[in-house]
Amino acid sequence: MTISEPTLDPDTSRNESTVPARRSFDPERLGLGLLLLAGALLVVVGTGIVTGVLATLALALTLGTVVALIGAAILGGPEVRRKIAPYGLLKPGMLWLALFYLAPLVTLLRNSLSTLPSRFAVKADFDWNFGNYSTAFTDFGGQFQRGFGYAAVATVLTILLGYPLAYVIAFRGGKYRGLLLGLIIIPFFTSYLIRTIAWQSLLADTGPIPNVLNDLGFRPILNALGIMDGDKILNTPAAVIGGLTYNFLPFMALPIYVSLEKINLTLVDAAKDLYSGSVRAFFKVIFPLSLPGVFAGTLLTFIPASGDFVNQQYLGNPNTSVIGQSIQNQFLVQNNLPVASAMSFVLMMIITVFVIIYSRFFGTDDLA
Amino acid sequence: MSAPSSPLGSVARWGLNLFAVGVMIYLFLPIFWIVGFSFNEPKGKFNFVWQNATLDNWREPFKDEALTDALLTSLKIASFSTLIATVLGSLIAIGLARYSFKGNAFLDFVLVLPLTTPEIVIGSSLATLFLDQSVTRGFSTVVIAHVMFQISFVALTVRARVRGFDWTLEQAAQDLGASPMRTFWKVTFPLILPGILAASLLSFALSLDDFIITLFNAGSVSTFPLFVNASFKNSFSPQINVLATIVLLASVALMASGTLVSRAKSRRSTR
Repeated sequence: MTISEPTLDPDTSRNESTVPARRSFDPERLGLGLLLLAGALLVVVGTGIVTGVLATLALALTLGTVVALIGAAILGGPEVRRKIAPYGLLKPGMLWLALFYLAPLVTLLRNSLSTLPSRFAVKADFDWNFGNYSTAFTDFGGQFQRGFGYAAVATVLTILLGYPLAYVIAFRGGKYRGLLLGLIIIPFFTSYLIRTIAWQSLLADTGPIPNVLNDLGFRPILNALGIMDGDKILNTPAAVIGGLTYNFLPFMALPIYVSLEKINLTLVDAAKDLYSGSVRAFFKVIFPLSLPGVFAGTLLTFIPASGDFVNQQYLGNPNTSVIGQSIQNQFLVQNNLPVASAMSFVLMMIITVFVIIYSRFFGTDDLA
Repeated sequence: MSAPSSPLGSVARWGLNLFAVGVMIYLFLPIFWIVGFSFNEPKGKFNFVWQNATLDNWREPFKDEALTDALLTSLKIASFSTLIATVLGSLIAIGLARYSFKGNAFLDFVLVLPLTTPEIVIGSSLATLFLDQSVTRGFSTVVIAHVMFQISFVALTVRARVRGFDWTLEQAAQDLGASPMRTFWKVTFPLILPGILAASLLSFALSLDDFIITLFNAGSVSTFPLFVNASFKNSFSPQINVLATIVLLASVALMASGTLVSRAKSRRSTR
């Protein structure tokens, strides 16, 4: 996975051979070691792998790593301080992530392999019950397929809508570029839920959009394309995909804009001289240079869209249910923690594999 | 770009511009609905069908007490979580941007992970942690959850903003005799502050609007999005539209003033 290169400090020589032999310890190794140790201890305590006295001991040891780092900073010279400073800066936030991001993934995995002792039990007992995974696939296979399918179609649509929008703003926005970018963001300062509920009203059978489409005579075409179901749009897959496309469009348009904005326009002029044609110049020069934005946008759109259930809940029907909704329902309504955890874990694994393969090819540099 | 060479090119240009305008309208359609229906006088409990125009809802924006409480809870949660996440995330960003050190690629990877995890996985996994540890879910668990996803967001946003920062300025200050502390507060901090403010504003908005992660970890606490979700089945008052419009206007005002201030500053510094 390509991750952005750190800013190189001109005076830091990382070449191992130049480190003087008299130094008995490497402050960087100490800093990193203490950070990783503290993180691991917090995961172990947070997940409840150790309890009671051992947990108290582990917590004391975690505190010890903090004290040790501070101690090393005080006792060591300015050189040592400079070397362990980044670990001190990263430590509080990273430990938060260890306890509240990594540890929960472990408890999620454990719950996915557990069995509820009774129908009304809150906590499940861990017993290597892989049955939850087969339930997840056999009972909710369709939900997985629809979840990823809708997300994939919506991602393609956000590219088709977002790319021209970003292109026009970047190359024809002139001095209004900032304002136009602001206009893309403004709708997203209202609540996600209320926006989706607004679409529910707009697409409702008596709502304005189906009426306008009917009056304009688009109905037969849209029926043929499978977008409208009779005179209905609401409660169809098209409505769910439309909602996803709407809600994630800025996540696609903004990264594309950022990469388009970086393009040196003299390149385009040069290309036009060489290829004689705007269309060819676009596909030979602009489009390849904007691909990092498209890739970043794809991750930022596809990942959240594949787990989303809000659009399905408000714009879909029971036959369009998606995986996010099944997880929510099994977890919070049916109280079936093990199966919900198994589905959640599978969802994450599929996404992780997707991200790893994807970033092998394209990198994650433009995510931020 | 040069002028269009053929009539066909000109048509294509205008077609593309028109398409972009169409996408903009698509983006704003629900906003028109939300703002418009804040002036509706609904019959019955649901503000979904247009009846008569009225200003009554705007005269009493806080009439729906449970709704107002939910919004206040959301604002409180967002304030706490943004404060914590801004401090922790900015420290990480400075550490990653300022220094080159062992393990930074790995730590960078850990930092990106939460942003590439679907919200439903984050929400459900945190809930299993709290359930396993018998922690009652409520206000503080929501704050914890929000801080978690805000840290990565703040850290990566601030780091992107300080990437081009000239760290030799620090060296210069110290050569002139400033202590490391003084250097940080007098040189480094003022320069990275705009990036930190922008990141914290956006992460405040993320917290305010979060639904899925909050749903799993809120227990009996009701936030604005949770309340709106429940309202869809019980009674959808026009005050929801009024408050949503107020939040929208406040955000736009903040964003605009931020842009104006930074523009004025850069003008002053280039003079």
